Amino acid sequence: MANTPGGRTQSSLLVQRLMMRDLALVPVIVVVLIVGSFVSPAFLMTDNLMNVMQQSSELSILVIAQSLILICGKIDLSLESIVGVAPMFAAWLIISDTMMGGSGVGISGIAGIFVVLGLGILIGAINGLLVVKLKLNEFITTLAMLILLRGTTLGITNGQTLFDLPDSFLYLGTAKWFGVPVSIWIAGFLFLIAGLFMRYHRIGRAIYAIGGNAEAARVAGIPVDRITMGVYIVGGFLASLAGVMLTGRIASVVSSQGQNMIFYVFAASVIGGISLNGGQGRIIGALTGVILLGLLQNVLTLSQVAAFWIDAAYGAIILIALVITRLTGEAPRTK
Amino acid sequence: MALTQTYAVEARGITKSFGRNEVLHGVDFSIPVGDSRALVGRNGAGKSTLVGIITGLYPQNGGEVFLGGKPAPAPADRRAWRERVACVYQRWMVIPQLTVGENLFLNNQPLTGAGLVDWRQLRARAADVLREWDLDVSPDLEAWRLTVEQRQIVEIARALLQGSRFIILDEPTAELERREVNRLFDLIRSLQQTGVTFLYISHHLEEIYEICKSVTVMRDGRIVADARLSELPKDKLVAAMVGEHVAGFQPNAAAPSSATSLPDGLTIRGLKLKGVVDGIDLDVRAGECVGLAGLAGSGKDDVAEAVAGLVRPLAGSIAISGKPAPVGHVGAMRHMGVGFVARDRHVRGLFPVMPVADNLAITVLERLGSLGFISPAAQGHMVDGQIRDIGIVASSSAQAIGELSGGNQQKVMVGRALASNPKVLVVCSPTQGVDIASKQALYKIMDDAREGGMAVLVVSDDLDELTICDRVEVVFRGKITKTFKRGWGEHDVVAAIEGLY
Repeated sequence: MANTPGGRTQSSLLVQRLMMRDLALVPVIVVVLIVGSFVSPAFLMTDNLMNVMQQSSELSILVIAQSLILICGKIDLSLESIVGVAPMFAAWLIISDTMMGGSGVGISGIAGIFVVLGLGILIGAINGLLVVKLKLNEFITTLAMLILLRGTTLGITNGQTLFDLPDSFLYLGTAKWFGVPVSIWIAGFLFLIAGLFMRYHRIGRAIYAIGGNAEAARVAGIPVDRITMGVYIVGGFLASLAGVMLTGRIASVVSSQGQNMIFYVFAASVIGGISLNGGQGRIIGALTGVILLGLLQNVLTLSQVAAFWIDAAYGAIILIALVITRLTGEAPRTK
Repeated sequence: MALTQTYAVEARGITKSFGRNEVLHGVDFSIPVGDSRALVGRNGAGKSTLVGIITGLYPQNGGEVFLGGKPAPAPADRRAWRERVACVYQRWMVIPQLTVGENLFLNNQPLTGAGLVDWRQLRARAADVLREWDLDVSPDLEAWRLTVEQRQIVEIARALLQGSRFIILDEPTAELERREVNRLFDLIRSLQQTGVTFLYISHHLEEIYEICKSVTVMRDGRIVADARLSELPKDKLVAAMVGEHVAGFQPNAAAPSSATSLPDGLTIRGLKLKGVVDGIDLDVRAGECVGLAGLAGSGKDDVAEAVAGLVRPLAGSIAISGKPAPVGHVGAMRHMGVGFVARDRHVRGLFPVMPVADNLAITVLERLGSLGFISPAAQGHMVDGQIRDIGIVASSSAQAIGELSGGNQQKVMVGRALASNPKVLVVCSPTQGVDIASKQALYKIMDDAREGGMAVLVVSDDLDELTICDRVEVVFRGKITKTFKRGWGEHDVVAAIEGLY
């Protein structure tokens, strides 16, 4: 009766599964790298690749946030608006010159960072409360939140761009550690933490369980509501951190900051193997999704494809990736 | 008319398989127009599948269906099906967000000359229908506000409005009070007078004698009896339902039971729960296996959920090994020593896309490392041990559990419950949808657990599962009505489960 195949088959099967789903994009990335090196001699230069990584760092943090939420079987469309509204509000508090669109309060740059992060946590908590406690539909709830926060971002300064911000507020987007931008360190560190947490921490496993079958998770004694709530809060926090980094990189807060990022967040997550049905996908896969999108954009730009066509290319790639994930064995959609 | 007898439904040689599993083996079934037929059988006998086929829910693999003397409509032609046969299911088939009027004329609305919905006429006609049926509700009421009884009447009325003269009632009384049942029966009788044909599915055998003229008994995907009810006394009916019992795990022979000398395992006193359970006392001693039998909705599953910590009792106590248990909290109950296998693994047990390893270990992850981090080595060790001990057949512990057979999935569910080394093991319908070999293996696992000193509670209405029990307690409508020692007769247990005593 008891027949478990030996360790040999087990490990090869593991490699096989990794190849199929979670690292399916690695060969594609290699292809893009090769194509890129032919397109432009500048492509494989360290500076260029570093630049790609830095530009992808904010997106990648949003991808971590969205991946956690998607694995938990939920969705959060409002993440990109947190990227805008939280730094905007903080910058408004920081700038003491009301003629420049500031509030006149004039808090310090460090305090400003805490305001951004606190606001992210608060918005995540509100999303969580609405979805978990009031059991509102997560799609429409976070869509409404997105619209509300987008409008608020505009409203705070009547659409004005805020600049002339203190260096301490911009630090995370400008500084370098050991020659590498801080934002890359942060994004890499977060990927490592999130990946290990989701794989090896029991709350991480519980998030997969909730997304896979929330009722079974409840029966197994997992605190479904509390964890879902927590995931939304972490999502809001990470989005606000991305907001701080983006503000630092461009040294100002534009009222459209973060706009349309959510599409690329979904694109990267989904082509990286995170299932929209919940319970499936790995953080490392999401990372490959981010890298692929970043490199692709760079190659398209270097090869002088008109910027107008880059979006179309993205769309096509997402569709192809969806087909690939279906063919490589994602559980089919059930009703 | 008497010369050419027509049939409301006639099915010839119906076979039906789900996957490799054939559930109907050449069923011949017919109901003459104007008859009131009861369809009875134990769970899994094939009743629902047969009803699904004669209402067009799914196509048969072989055989033919005639409705009202004509071949059945194409599977996709729902409208044609509804005109000929209507089924009132246990679950909601009215659309809760629509009004009563709209539900009555669903996809059948009166139209204006321009082909648009004529709301005025719809309301007026709905009001007429409701008056005719003595239903004191407005046609504009949203359907979710209806009581169960009103909802069933609306469904029957809709069926008749859509032209069907053949109505199937699937356990219509399961949620009704006695007074409401009487009213429903009066309604059915008056419709019988007008020549409407009924097929009535119920576990409450006494109701069948009250309302039906003839009966069809199904067992294991076959029809084993077809008779006038006046010619089939209750004991014969029960005998037909139970049939020759297939030898189970061990002969259900009387064994000397020395239960009183065993230490306390699970002790339930005066348990009251929201819903039906009203004062249950139950003892399962360590090293004893007790069955809790009853119909769906009798309250047996609610008792199991209370022990698992999923619901907080209104009154009463639960003790594990003599110590009062922290009710209403799954984690705390597990900590006290409760292992729980929920009924219906697909809905309440499996994490289908997760590996076997995670499915086994999900409740004990905190033991597999420090600070909440799981050591892969510790998990691998624990999981490999479980897979070996329980005999789970999988290509590896990394295989997604959704890809395993039903039997192996169920073994993982039991393995998960055993992973926390419980003192009390509660299993609900553990062998549902499981092949015969895995059944034997599951019985062996539960028996080993009992041998090892666990108190095992088997919550089930499957006689085969109950044969492994030292004692069977029968729950009927929220109370324990009968206790059987080892050596019970199947007919007696079935009769007690169906509430015949």
